This record gives sequence, C-alpha cells and structure tokens, in this order.
Amino acid sequence: MSEATPNGAGQNGGAPLVELRNVSKFFGSIVALKNISFTVYPGEVHCLLGDNGAGKSTLIKILSGVYHCDEGEMRVCGNKVDFSSPREALDFGIATVFQDLAMVPLMSITRNFFMGREPTCGHGLLRRFDIETANEIAREELGKIGIDVRDPTQAVGTLSGGERQCVAIARAMYFGAKVLILDEPTSALGVHQASMVLKYVALARRRGVGVIFITHNIHHAFPVGDTFTLLNRGTCVGTYRKSEISRDEVLHVMSGGEQLAQLNAELEELMGRQGLQATGIELEPVETSPH
Amino acid sequence: MQNDLTLRVTRKGASSGDERLVKAHWWVKLLRRPELGALSGTILVLIFFALVAGRSGLFSPPGIVNFLEVSAELGILASAVALLMIAGEFDLSVGSMIGFAGVVIGMLVSEAGWPIPLAVLAAFVVAICIGWANGWLVIKTGLPSFIVTLASMFILRGMTLALTRLVTNRTQIPYITNDHENDFIVQLFSGHLGNGIFVWLAHHGYIAQRSDGAPFVDGIPVAIFWWLGLAAVATWILVRTRFGNWIFASGGDANAARNVGVPVARVKISLFIMTAVVSTIFACVQVFSTGSADTLRGTQKEFEAIIAAVIGGNLLSGGYGSAIGAVFGALIFGMVEIGIFYTGVDTDWFKVFLGVMVLIAVLFNDFIRRRATEARK
Repeated sequence: MSEATPNGAGQNGGAPLVELRNVSKFFGSIVALKNISFTVYPGEVHCLLGDNGAGKSTLIKILSGVYHCDEGEMRVCGNKVDFSSPREALDFGIATVFQDLAMVPLMSITRNFFMGREPTCGHGLLRRFDIETANEIAREELGKIGIDVRDPTQAVGTLSGGERQCVAIARAMYFGAKVLILDEPTSALGVHQASMVLKYVALARRRGVGVIFITHNIHHAFPVGDTFTLLNRGTCVGTYRKSEISRDEVLHVMSGGEQLAQLNAELEELMGRQGLQATGIELEPVETSPH
Repeated sequence: MQNDLTLRVTRKGASSGDERLVKAHWWVKLLRRPELGALSGTILVLIFFALVAGRSGLFSPPGIVNFLEVSAELGILASAVALLMIAGEFDLSVGSMIGFAGVVIGMLVSEAGWPIPLAVLAAFVVAICIGWANGWLVIKTGLPSFIVTLASMFILRGMTLALTRLVTNRTQIPYITNDHENDFIVQLFSGHLGNGIFVWLAHHGYIAQRSDGAPFVDGIPVAIFWWLGLAAVATWILVRTRFGNWIFASGGDANAARNVGVPVARVKISLFIMTAVVSTIFACVQVFSTGSADTLRGTQKEFEAIIAAVIGGNLLSGGYGSAIGAVFGALIFGMVEIGIFYTGVDTDWFKVFLGVMVLIAVLFNDFIRRRATEARK
C-alpha cells in the first residue's frame, strides 16, 4: 500500500468535487445528522469513520441521492444540486457502490457490468445488445485491476466477495465516476480480498477520482486515506489530514476515547475476576456477561 | 499481491495446460445452460416412448403432428410466461384470458356482426388493456403478482361467463367462422402449411395415405409455426436485446436493477401485456380451428404454461431461465399427454406423470442454481 501516501493532488489546488455545507437530516424527532460539512477533492481518498449509528449511512444516502437533506446545501463541482434519485446523482458522476453491490448473482459478469447501460449495435428491429463488445470491455476493465476473467459470461455468483466488490467498483469507474462512494467495501472480506479492494481504491485515486470510503475499520482506512472525517452520534467530531493524526488517535476519537478506556477497565475486571476474588477484593456486579 | 497471483494461476491452469480441465470446463459450461434439464428430459421421454410405444404409431406422421399440435398451443403461452417468470412475476390469469378473448371474438362476430379481422383486432386491444392493468396493479400495489393475477383470473372467468350468458343466453358461441373458413385471418391461426409436400410424399409412398390417395396428414398446423416463431422472438429478446438484460435484472434483483437505472416497472408491465397477447393468440388458434368459442376454454392453461416453463429450466423466483427451455418443456408436455394414450396406459395417469415431472424439474433447477452461484473459494 506504499503508493497510497498522500500526494495532496486536490488539496493544494483544484476545486472540490463534492461539497456539503452544514447539512442536517432529521427523521421525525431523531436528529440523524447535525451540521455536517464535508469536502472531497479530485484524487483524494476521504475516509468517513464512525461507529454503528454515527450517521455514516445517512450521509452517503444524501450524497448518492437516496435522501434529501433537510438543512444545508450540497454542491457538485461548485454547482448547487438537489438529487431526486440515485440515477440523477449518477448522471453527475457520483457513483455509489452500496453494500449489496447492486449485482445479480445469477447473471453473467458482463450482463451485470452493463446492467441498465447496455451497448447496442444495429438499427430498428435488429438493434441489439452488443454482447461481443460488452464481453471484451468487461474482460479488459477487470484485467486492468488484476482480475483475470477468462470467461466474462460466468455468473457473478461464482466470484469471491472481493472480486465482486472489484467488479462493482470497476463498473462505476468505467461509466465515468468522478466521485466514488464505497460503503463498507471491506467489512465482509478476508485479509487478501480486502487488500485487493484497497489496491483498487489507490488506483482510482491515482486516476484523479475522489473517493469517499466508509468504514469502521481503521486498519483498512488508514493506509489508503488522505483525509479522515470522524462522525459520532450524528455530529462531526473532526476532519483531519493524514499528517495531522496517527492511527491510534483516530481510533481513540472514533470510539469516543473515554468509552474505550472504560471498556478496557471493564474487560480487565472481567478477565481478572477470578484472580481478584482470590485476593478477597469485592467487585461490583457486571451487567453484560461474556458468552 | 499474492492473492492476485493465485487467482491468475488457477485460471490460466484451467484455460491451457491440462486437457482434462478444459473438458471439465466444457461440461461446466453445458451445466450452466438453463435448457439442459429440459433437453435431457426431452431425450429421456423420447427414448421412453420409442421403447414402450414405438410401434403404436406415436412417431408416425399423424402421431407426430398430433402431439406437436398440443405442444405448440402450450408453447405459444409458455414463451411469454417464461419471460415473465424470468422477470420475477407470475400471471395466473392466462387461462381466463384465453376464454375471455375467445368470447370477445365470438360475440363481436356472431352477435354484433363485426367482420372477423376487426373482432380479432378488438380482442388484442382488450388483451393489451387487461395485461397492462395486471402489470400496473402489481407495480402500484407492491402485492405479489400471484395474488393480483389470482384475482384477475377469477374476475375474467366470471366476466366471460356472465357476459356471454347475458348476451347470448348460452355458454357457447358456435358457427363463428361459417362461410369464412378460407379467410386469410382464419387461415393465419388455424390453417395448415405444406400440403403439397405431404401429397407428394404420400404419392411416392413415403408416408401413409388414405384409400382415396390423400395423405393422413395434409399439412403442418400453423400453430406449430406460431410456437416456434414466438419462441425465437422471445429468445432473441431475452439474450440479444437490452430489454432482455433488463428482464434478467428485474427478476434477479429488482432493487439493484432500479439503482443502476433499469426501468423495472416498464419491463414488468410490458411482459404482463405480452402474456395477455399470447393468450389471445392461443384463443384465436382455438376459436378458428373449432369454429366456436366456449366460456370454459383455457381452464388450467396458466398452470400448464408454468409447468412447461419450469420444466424448461426457468426459476420460479426469477432471474434465470430461457425461452428455448420452455420450448422443450412444451414438447415434453405434448409428448407425454398424447404418448400416454399410445402406450395403452389409462390416460388418467397423465397428471400423475406431470406432477412427478414438475417435481423432478424443480429439484434439478435448484441444484443447477446452487452450482451457478457457488462462490469460488
């Protein structure tokens, strides 16, 4: 992952690709997001970190056009936008790879790759899905990221999780994504497959794509990230450049610092219980028991 | 990355090097075809009847035309039913639609005095509206199509009976084609092709002839051409057009399809219209071959068409299948229905055979699907 060191491509100059200003989102009386500001530059990997319920999903759903924001504004390449559907966000070059990947396991790689955007040839009644070209492009695009698909007509269901993730990203890239939103792309993957995806993220970054990388795994985020935005309970805890913060500090802020210290103490208590009991020290009852 | 390397090595190994792997690959590719089950089923049924009823005349020209005609009528329905099933929906109103389209033609011709072509055109317009209504309701309500079309199955059958009795006081409309037997539109649905060839074959003693020298089979029923033509069109749509890819996507994962911009609602509504239209084609074939319409026509055809599609390797849950498979499914259906008569076995057993066959087909399809989606570790 050495190629992922910050090059500051977008941070020195260049307009931001996507900009959120003081965005808030409410669901009834629940404040899902409060005053979030967020910027992505070309060639930047912006990691969005936070625990479950921090508002990561809500934020990317606003970015990808699934939700409207209730307050604040969103700009793409400097223009104010208000998406009505994911399709519209896609037309602005904002491609989201959701956790379910939007792929049909029983369909071939090629058919998935071009789903909804099939190349055609011929005219009139003979206008048809140009399968040969599509197969060729799919094979080529996947070859670029190191997945050697000998047979692009094989079902996506036969690919491994990491390969599927890469196909989904390759599809977004091929169709001209300027901003790539990756929702937990590595969470379900093993070490090797996760590294396959991370490598591809670095590749996208080098091509000048702005990447928004959502994860709660700091070990995946830190090597490829340039900027880190930390969310906690719907608010922005802070945005840091890689040079400004260390891995442990990110982890500390992410999990809420004191909480982690408390957890450590509790765990110590539990683990050392028997030993402590032998010494005759009374312990407070612990509510959660480790199964 | 080490991972990359292993990926490449395993695949290169499969493409070149060991010949046995190449062979296995060819086999896997075949297994992946949804038609495989139906094709091997067809061959099995063929062998079975060749052994049991080979000398009884099932495979003589009249026998073949006989079972092909049954297959053809069902196959006309199955082509569209298969596409709809791949898109993840059912249409249980197919059978009622056949009855309804039949009496629409019958009443317009016999009672209202419309010319036959106009009545046929009207029936197709009505079918398009009903198909659209089915699809629109399924999309708008979000209810399973099983429920929505179950309702329209009863509504249409009830309307067929009530309207016919209201207008004609009977449940049958006879003599629709009187004096028009040779009209183009009647021949288009019920005629026979290739009469000259059969006369020539009989004349030269290649096929059996009656005492007056005419062949027993005086041509190939047009329905067979409708069947093969519709199956060809359905296959073309499915595997060669953008719309076909949208059919697979809509049935495989409607949400995923919508997210990448596939017009899922439009795809499904068009396919509901298609099943209503092929039901009307079926109705035309029946009405013009028998010259009459009956309120009970088409009963249970929706299930038979689903059976043909399922035997043909189409997944009930959508996203996978083929129209060619449905051709074989219909072929098996026709062969068994007619063939059982030639074996001398009581034809009451036909439905038992059918049920067992469906069960085997579904189990086989399920096995294939699991093979196809198995993740490579």
